[in-house]
Amino acid sequence: MAQELKLDGPTLERIARGEGLALCAAGSWTAMFAPALERIVADAEQLTGTRPNIFIDVSDVAKLDTFGAWLIERLRRSLTEGGVEAKIAGLSANYSSLVDEVRRVEPTGPAEPVSGSFRAPIERLGRTVYAFGDDLVALISMMGAVLAAMLRAILHPSTFRLTSTVHHLEQVCWRAVPIVVLITFLIGCIISQQGIFHFRKFGADVFVVDMLGVLVLREIGVLLVAIMVAGRSGSAYTAELGSMKMREEIDALRTMGFDPIDVLIVPRMIALVLAMPILTFLGAMAALYGGGLVAWLYGGVDPDAFLLRLRDAISINHFTVGMIKAPVMAIVIGIVACVEGLAVQGSAESLGQHTTASVVKGIFFVIVMDGVFAIFFASIGM
Amino acid sequence: MAVDPSDAIIRVRDVSVQFGSTKVLDELSLDVRRGEILGFVGPSGAGKSVLTRTIIGLVPKVSGRIEVFGIDLDAADAAERRGVERRWGILFQQGALFSSLTVRQNIQFPVREYLNLSQRLLDEITIAKLGMVGLKPEVVDRFPSELSGGMIKRVALARALALDPELVFLDEPTSGLDPIGAGDFDELVRTLQRTLGLTVFMVTHDLDSLHTACDRIAVLGSGKVIAAGTMADMQASEHPWLRSYFHGKRARAVVG
Ligand SMILES: Nc1ncnc2c1ncn2[C@@H]1O[C@H](COP(=O)(O)OP(=O)(O)O)[C@@H](O)[C@H]1O
Ligand SMILES: [Mg+2]
Repeated sequence: MAQELKLDGPTLERIARGEGLALCAAGSWTAMFAPALERIVADAEQLTGTRPNIFIDVSDVAKLDTFGAWLIERLRRSLTEGGVEAKIAGLSANYSSLVDEVRRVEPTGPAEPVSGSFRAPIERLGRTVYAFGDDLVALISMMGAVLAAMLRAILHPSTFRLTSTVHHLEQVCWRAVPIVVLITFLIGCIISQQGIFHFRKFGADVFVVDMLGVLVLREIGVLLVAIMVAGRSGSAYTAELGSMKMREEIDALRTMGFDPIDVLIVPRMIALVLAMPILTFLGAMAALYGGGLVAWLYGGVDPDAFLLRLRDAISINHFTVGMIKAPVMAIVIGIVACVEGLAVQGSAESLGQHTTASVVKGIFFVIVMDGVFAIFFASIGM
Repeated sequence: MAVDPSDAIIRVRDVSVQFGSTKVLDELSLDVRRGEILGFVGPSGAGKSVLTRTIIGLVPKVSGRIEVFGIDLDAADAAERRGVERRWGILFQQGALFSSLTVRQNIQFPVREYLNLSQRLLDEITIAKLGMVGLKPEVVDRFPSELSGGMIKRVALARALALDPELVFLDEPTSGLDPIGAGDFDELVRTLQRTLGLTVFMVTHDLDSLHTACDRIAVLGSGKVIAAGTMADMQASEHPWLRSYFHGKRARAVVG
């Protein structure tokens, strides 16, 4: 068989042969020339009905691949459908098995589903709102499952996974300290600077200490830390659990008689519940330190005066309120992250979607909880 | 099919690969000839996947030289490399289908990249390729997570064949398939090799595959090719690992 390396474009010559017609294919019938080939074949399909029989002679084809073989087969089929007796002739041994292979192709494949009407976004909105209810149910049932698992761990302390908990504590607490301290320190600086800048107009510079103390201890400290933890640890939990789910590792655990809640989720939840108050405390201290530093260097409030004022301005209540919120925020973030992680389906895309959802929903619920706490503490007068 | 012994499509010379301080391949040399199916065997962890990945260029080598289609990939520029990549197809050990794309999109992905085809022809070719690997057209709109292990292997093979490559690398294509499925797969590789004139580099553990599908066998041991030749050569060899591999209980069951 002559395997010429020069690549001639494909041709299909029409030669009348008595009653019938011969279509002589020549050149390269390969993928590279596919657009030209499709045009040639479409032209030849017009011959339907002009002749009773048509030979497709492929003996001069220099190179044939699946694409070319399929197009010849496509031509043969549409001619046959049009009532012409069409035959393929002149196949070399090698190419005949290729043509036999494409001859077995079933004629139609299902078309790709069409999408993208104007109703799609509205439909999506409706589904999202509807799914919110399912989310709440999933969160509550996960909370119940985690509480039951913790109860089991208390009743049978030997089943509690201390090593794993310590590992996660290192990940979410110890390793988070530098970034949390840095960011809260900077936010403290900014609050203090802005306060001094605006309060100075009324000659009320020193009240910046009141504002800083109350704001940082009650609200900003815990809120900022919770948002950072949701972005840092919540997303990590979702991605870890999600990729384990994808690769059937969670199913494997289950079949070995382990409860994934016990093995994977309880240690993560406990680590997070311990980490949040610690990080909140460190964050609040860093913010106060940063605020005090700016008050001194920029506002001229010296450290002794700052501390004196701080002692007057805030009570232990402000501190307690912040610290009470911290573990609750941890539970919210952890539960959302675990629910999203276990909801991951087979694809990498799904993992990405759920990780994003974990952070967005985590932060949303943190802020909702903060609002609930504000109402609660106001009504009990704390 | 006539095979010219000097016509090596892959030429591996003195290639060494190292991870940290462990040497996986040690001055390994190997030729794969045009038009043949080469079966590559060796104990688990011997470095069969590593050699495959080194030839493809996914694993860096410490020393040595690899030519594919007569082109040294280390010295090739981007256009030459792209030219080579268009001419080979790879079936990874785990299939490596893109999980967020459907079967149809997976198969069409490389075709769209290299060729400018109409959507109609793309769809028809997709169905043709699926037919060649023994799958029904119904599966085209499924996602990989909705397929069985054997179907994933077949779709991955269809994707590897999408561009009508001249050379395909198969990393343990039949592992994880039932014996009948594996037998079909061997048959399929044979048929495709005959119809498309493929050269096949097949890593396998399957003695049946070696018997029915392969023209030549190469054996990897302690970082080198310890033997290469036909099935008869292998059975005649005195090397202890070869003796236990080709004359073991499983081998006798196959040879009969
Ligand atoms: N990325 C890697 N880093 C370190 N070691 C590796 C890596 N990939 C493979 N190895 C080691 O190389 C050896 C050969 O692996 P592999 O080629 O996968 O074996 P097999 O012959 O079963 O396909 C094994 O010992 C494996 O541990
Ligand atoms: Mg391997």
